Amino acid sequence: MKRIESLEELKALQVAERAKMTVRDGLAPTEANLAKHQVLICAGTGCTSNKSAEVKKALEEKIAQEGLQDEVQVVQTGCFGFCSLGPIMVVYPEGTFYNKVSASDVDEIVEKHFKNGELVERLLYTIPGTKEHAKDMSHIPFFQKQKRIALRNCGSIDPEKIEEAIAHYAYQGLGRALTEMDSQAIIQELLDSGIRGRGGAGFPTGLKWKFATGYSADQKYVVCNADEGDPGAFMDRSVLEGDPHSVIEAMAIGGYCIGASQGYVYIRAEYPIAVHRLEIAIKQAREAGLLGKNILGTGFDFDIDIRLGAGAFVCGEETALLTSVEGKRGEPRPRPPFPAEKGLWGKPTFVNNVETLASISYIFLKGAQEFASVGTEKSKGTKVFAMSGKINNIGLVEVPMGTTLREIIYDIGGGIPNGKAFKAAQTGGPSGGCLPASLLDTEIDFDSLVKAGSMMGSGGLIVMDETDCMVDIAKFFVEFTQDESCGKCPPCRIGTKRILEILTKITEGKGEEGDIEKLESLAKNISTSALCALGQTAPNPVLATLKFFRDEYEAHIKDKKCPAGKCKSLFTMVIDPEKCKGCTLCARNCPVGAITGSVKNPHSIDPEKCIKCGVCLDNCKFGAIYKK
Amino acid sequence: MEMVNVIIDGKAVEVEKGSTVLQAAQKAGVHIPTLCYLKDVNAIGACRVCLVEVKGAKALQPSCVYPVSEGLEVHTNTAKVREARKAVVELLLSNHPADCLTCVRSGNCELQSLARQLGIREIRFEGEKNTFPIDDRSLAIVRDPNKCILCRRCIATCQKVQGVSILGTINRGFNSTVGPAFMHPLDDINCALCGQCINACPVGALSEKDDTAKVWDALADENKHCVVQFSPAVRIAISEEFGIPMGAISTGKTVAALRRLGFDKVFDTNWSADLTIMEEGTELLHRIQNGGVLPQITSCSPGWIKYCEHHYPDQLDHLSSAKSPQQMFGAIVKTYYAQKAGVDPATIFSCSVMPCTAKKYECARPEMNSSGYRDVDCVITVREVARMIRQTGINLAELPEEECDSPLGVGTGAGTIFGATGGVMEAALRTVYEVVTGKTLEKVDFEEVRGMEGIKEATVDLDGTPVKVAVVHTLANAKKMMDKVRAGEADYAFIEIMACPGGCVGGGGTPIVNSLTRTILPTDYRAIRGLGLYEDDKNLPLRKSHENPFIKAVYAEFLGEPLSHKSHELLHTTYTPRIKYNLNWNK
Amino acid sequence: MACTCNAHNQEKYQQLDAVIAEYIDQPGSLINVLHKAQGIFGYLPEEVQAYIAEKMDIPLSEIYGVVTFYALFTTEPKGKYNFNVCLGTACYVKGSGKILERVEKELGIKLNETSADGLFSIEACRCVGACGLAPVMTVNGEVYGRLTPDKVPAIIQKYKDLEANN
Repeated sequence: MKRIESLEELKALQVAERAKMTVRDGLAPTEANLAKHQVLICAGTGCTSNKSAEVKKALEEKIAQEGLQDEVQVVQTGCFGFCSLGPIMVVYPEGTFYNKVSASDVDEIVEKHFKNGELVERLLYTIPGTKEHAKDMSHIPFFQKQKRIALRNCGSIDPEKIEEAIAHYAYQGLGRALTEMDSQAIIQELLDSGIRGRGGAGFPTGLKWKFATGYSADQKYVVCNADEGDPGAFMDRSVLEGDPHSVIEAMAIGGYCIGASQGYVYIRAEYPIAVHRLEIAIKQAREAGLLGKNILGTGFDFDIDIRLGAGAFVCGEETALLTSVEGKRGEPRPRPPFPAEKGLWGKPTFVNNVETLASISYIFLKGAQEFASVGTEKSKGTKVFAMSGKINNIGLVEVPMGTTLREIIYDIGGGIPNGKAFKAAQTGGPSGGCLPASLLDTEIDFDSLVKAGSMMGSGGLIVMDETDCMVDIAKFFVEFTQDESCGKCPPCRIGTKRILEILTKITEGKGEEGDIEKLESLAKNISTSALCALGQTAPNPVLATLKFFRDEYEAHIKDKKCPAGKCKSLFTMVIDPEKCKGCTLCARNCPVGAITGSVKNPHSIDPEKCIKCGVCLDNCKFGAIYKK
Repeated sequence: MEMVNVIIDGKAVEVEKGSTVLQAAQKAGVHIPTLCYLKDVNAIGACRVCLVEVKGAKALQPSCVYPVSEGLEVHTNTAKVREARKAVVELLLSNHPADCLTCVRSGNCELQSLARQLGIREIRFEGEKNTFPIDDRSLAIVRDPNKCILCRRCIATCQKVQGVSILGTINRGFNSTVGPAFMHPLDDINCALCGQCINACPVGALSEKDDTAKVWDALADENKHCVVQFSPAVRIAISEEFGIPMGAISTGKTVAALRRLGFDKVFDTNWSADLTIMEEGTELLHRIQNGGVLPQITSCSPGWIKYCEHHYPDQLDHLSSAKSPQQMFGAIVKTYYAQKAGVDPATIFSCSVMPCTAKKYECARPEMNSSGYRDVDCVITVREVARMIRQTGINLAELPEEECDSPLGVGTGAGTIFGATGGVMEAALRTVYEVVTGKTLEKVDFEEVRGMEGIKEATVDLDGTPVKVAVVHTLANAKKMMDKVRAGEADYAFIEIMACPGGCVGGGGTPIVNSLTRTILPTDYRAIRGLGLYEDDKNLPLRKSHENPFIKAVYAEFLGEPLSHKSHELLHTTYTPRIKYNLNWNK
Repeated sequence: MACTCNAHNQEKYQQLDAVIAEYIDQPGSLINVLHKAQGIFGYLPEEVQAYIAEKMDIPLSEIYGVVTFYALFTTEPKGKYNFNVCLGTACYVKGSGKILERVEKELGIKLNETSADGLFSIEACRCVGACGLAPVMTVNGEVYGRLTPDKVPAIIQKYKDLEANN
């Protein structure tokens, strides 16, 4: 690609490139691109795991075979968000939304849709509670309450082509900053937008940049935190897979603001597709003169290198991340001094997470007011949530701050599957907390979540139903933080281990009077004395579950019962002889041969042999098996 | 210097900008307990014992790294702080063997005294404890990772002070431990066995290999003739073990104590230090006169020698072939002394009291048997000999001063200063000057090679010939110097290199100075010990090695002259190139 | 009989040399080098770490400290077919614990172990990002989603067949 020498050239290129994509805007094709159809296929990790690449390949082959290359173009995109429907394919200009498409569906799509102009009805989305097919995305409830800022281009453009990003105004915010603004103005723009860091604590981003600007040094650094470690959170990955230029652009703006010429993206090695797309994007941005020397002819130099994580959750903590970028064990350092003063290699540095940066390039494109018009008083803009667990619509959603938990889970998420009752929603990952049904109407923003006993974190939202045991969930999270503790300070290194031991004891039915108090005391001490945020927040899942589900703990300890029937030591599998028809299905499926009985006679389970795997219960057609 | 005003526990204090809260508190007379902090070596805010409440901060803050700022208000003694510190120590104890009664560090353990100070009477949070294998393979150092509290003071010492980086943090979370790569025994790797890690350890995770039982056995054996030597630094360092002020000299009391332990003869390594000067000084003159390899580098410090063999195996010809004073002594005891005293050398048990752990390794080197026997049978450190003395109920401080036995019991001031950095150089210069010029030195003191500067230089005028020398201590500084030597950029004739900071007075076998004492002392404890040796030198009747009558005697009666055939046989040695890492790849 | 592993190893070390040459001037690039070295050798045995220590002038203890800190680095060779069961939250609440149990049972090895024949190993990971398919497991990068314990034997059989046909 030709080097872009000025903002004017960039703007001209935007117009020229957008003209090639009119079909995707629902308009007629132009001279620039005469293809009648553009087929967008999700190439994010979720759909790729579901073999969307095979679908794309099959489609391209079929199109070539039918000689339709000039009429139908296939475009790979980032994530559409509705991951549980993957692989997803959207056909423009109609906007037809096909879901769960497999390679074997391709022939039919080509024959019907492209050759005969008919929809392949069986691949359309059925609106829940109706028999109606959604004709495009705007008719699908999942998308209706969303507002996409950080994810604005995900699912719209090919992330491996900078031209498509430019057509969607990429780098114009950078151009504006470089040509019209100085550090002060940039910081003011951020402060006016009200944006707060999307990575966890919600610190005002404008202040972060201001502090880093305030220290003078021969070199400064801009670091992007793409070490998205919260299990069940994958918004940063989706941004990098779907729209990497939005992040690169904001890093360059930050570099210009604080006076840094070098940026680093620290990204999990577990995200190979995101790493690959980011590498391509950086290369293309360099070729286009949007990274490197004399960007857009303004004399500003800035470049970005990628640093891979290697599997350490704690590296999401900014000081640990910086230590890891330096090639060392990713252990946190005490703050102060804060990275703004002494960051990477002791130089002034700011660290922002991916979603924050993607939002920042939007702010510089559209202006602070546009961003600030969305959200609540103290939490502006939108937040992306990764919904998973016991929820119908698993995927990525971006909603205005202040949307209630109920709207997210029921209106967008489609509620709880299999008719089970909602029990809790976990936000904030292993450092967060679980919110019970009574708090479903909480308007979600940074402060309300903290007030409710949880935190925003990076935006993982995991829904649990009545079959989930909250003591077991607390144990699961502490197991995680304990395993991910760096080991530098004793409260986290040993304290989380002790918490885990007590929780394990409780779930095994060996809990004693006083254990809850011990947990509370440990939790309090760890949160006041651990070195970093990982340690300080490690007890949160315990404290939150104790706050809302104390009765479950007490049932485990006092009655030796697990109300959810999850903790194996606290129940036995029993066959109700009244209900058992002697079909033998359970006995045949039991992996350990614990079930005996003759045909058409009630069976029984030998508790000595039973491993409580639950296969019998899942298989019984008569509801004769239960946990006691 | 820019000053800032801070308030510690209500007390206003003015401190330099850039200070930490811990330093400010010290100035305010407020004592904050610490554990992972070690002045000038380790300040990482890891152990959370020095937590304080900083006004405006949400969590408690580690005072050892928290920088002061104008108007900062700190509380060190609130309920929250006390509870947090207590909980931290309890958690540490919950993963600790807590076998204080039988631990080598009992009574001198920083964890133990913290537990006492914080009034810990129960451990509320008991649970699983780590079990790692104990490494007691090496002859010098024992590592018990189960006692380790992960303060990382040893790591910082090995990395920053010594520049060797043998020890590192391994694994993460609860499984974290400290050790060499792949948890290899120290014996198998490029560790210098200097023992500086032991001096840094607040607990019993690192200790010297205890050889006291061997010595007791020999002393109890009627068929053994037990001879002991004690090195220059011992006479200073031992004082601290018995409540005598740091830096005070205890030569006579040490002799008395050793005699009471039951040694048949008590000798002084100062004597063989003088002998070393004769051999090493003569070797230097030879090299200068005959175009030998220069610079010549001293070989007294076995930690340094082992380091050089592993890290600079291509530079071994710079090392003086002269053995260390300990090993010269050993060779002479089982030959000259045995002859003179009419003792069968086979029955001699030659023991050495050293400030050094690497000496334990040195005496066992296979080439150290030129007397026909193993030259030195056993090395014990100052800490071990103090333990033996305590076992007998003797209070060294109260003993009368006694003289060493003859003929290996007299050393000069030149010998005594071997124990401080620069001392070997100064001793050598005193002798070489007089030998070369034939003139008497007007000023015996070579001040420019004294002191704690890491690399010191001096140029001595030998009758019109300027000779440039350098003095180096710590292995980190040795590395800097050896890189210059390797690059051919070290235009010195003679370099003294000692592995330990401050020289032997800072050796890995000297009394452990805890973190609090290091913080409170006005200067480096090794400098204080070193000054004691210079004071001893000043007060000794003879201050030049070549004037030692018993040195003259050994040459006249036995060796002939320096670098004679016999000297070469008994007093000189060879070195072995060793590997740094096991690069045993199939290439 | 002449061993061919030497030549093979030499080739790997040449690749490693190239990696080190690429990164040696970039400060703090040890982790990237270790990633590539593990890609070349399959794991990070002592001699590879020592080689990197020597060439990059970083103490071996520091490299070993880094290798043992990060979960993705391994000092033991993995199985030819590495089963990686996601134990991220989304998969966990959907029963990935039972998937892991079944994989362990069917393969006869435990988590973080490699079978005696070197064919299979089991690891657990923290979210591969395919939460829509939970519970998920990957085998050498291939994703298997919406698993139930009963689906496990067939997946294992697939790799056993693959091996038998090789």
